[in-house]
Amino acid sequence: MQHWMEWAIAFFLLLGGSFVLIGSIGLTRMPDFFMRLHGPTKATTLGMGGILLGSIFFFSLTGDVSIHELLITIFLLITAPISAHMLIKTALHHKLTAISKTRGLDKIPPAQVKAHDRNV
Amino acid sequence: MRFDAKYRWLPTPYRSVMLFVVWLLLNQSIEAVHLFFGVVLALLIPLLIQRFRDPQPVIERPLLALRYMLRVLADIVVANAQVAVLILGPKRRLNPAFVKVPLDLQHELPITILASTVSMTPGTVSAEVLPSTESIKPGEPLPQRWLLIHVLNLTDEATLIDSIKQRYEAPLKEIFNAG
Repeated sequence: MQHWMEWAIAFFLLLGGSFVLIGSIGLTRMPDFFMRLHGPTKATTLGMGGILLGSIFFFSLTGDVSIHELLITIFLLITAPISAHMLIKTALHHKLTAISKTRGLDKIPPAQVKAHDRNV
Repeated sequence: MRFDAKYRWLPTPYRSVMLFVVWLLLNQSIEAVHLFFGVVLALLIPLLIQRFRDPQPVIERPLLALRYMLRVLADIVVANAQVAVLILGPKRRLNPAFVKVPLDLQHELPITILASTVSMTPGTVSAEVLPSTESIKPGEPLPQRWLLIHVLNLTDEATLIDSIKQRYEAPLKEIFNAG
């Protein structure tokens, strides 16, 4: 393998790794649940993209062309916003507290009474 | 908005293309056998599952849809960098907020795509679509719907709503020919 290719692969792996790390730092550092959610949904997507790009380059240059990592990227892009949406819906349903300086808290609708809520 | 496909034997043309490409990617080859099986599966699977699905609006502007996907991909990269800076910066300067975005879209599928796009791009996560589908009674006219989003760092509410409506909702309306 040529020298500059190793540099390109290392660059993508490091870029991906640092974005995943930043996403995880956001998960622990932010003060409330709603803000914690932003790190893993966004920074981690690009991080995984970087790592998978590095994988595509490495395996394509050492052996046969390898592009089925693209599938992982596509599935991640489709599923990440949906899991984030389910998490934040659950948080609203359980009335988790947001930090006091959050604006627009009055826009959250009152919890809908469902048939299975027996103790209302 | 159109719900019926052009040909009965090809109910979802773009899904067929996607199945074909995914099959080739999984096998990592373009040999004749895989091409043949890819075509067979891409034609057969949509026909088999057709009766289990609710009818979904048809993509009327495929080129615009492609451009929309590329734009969202580019925006994801930018949004990632922005969120990374916000996360590592001082916590005191963050102004989190909930914002309600009025929707022109009515059907579930375009709204789902818009909500997912909003979650992936600029510092926002979509939280809820209001009013919920279950509370809408069949037969009644559809009420104005809202997308409730959580913003990590809100600077100006009107600008944010404007940018979401123009950058993402307007092309979606054209792609599905809605409104």
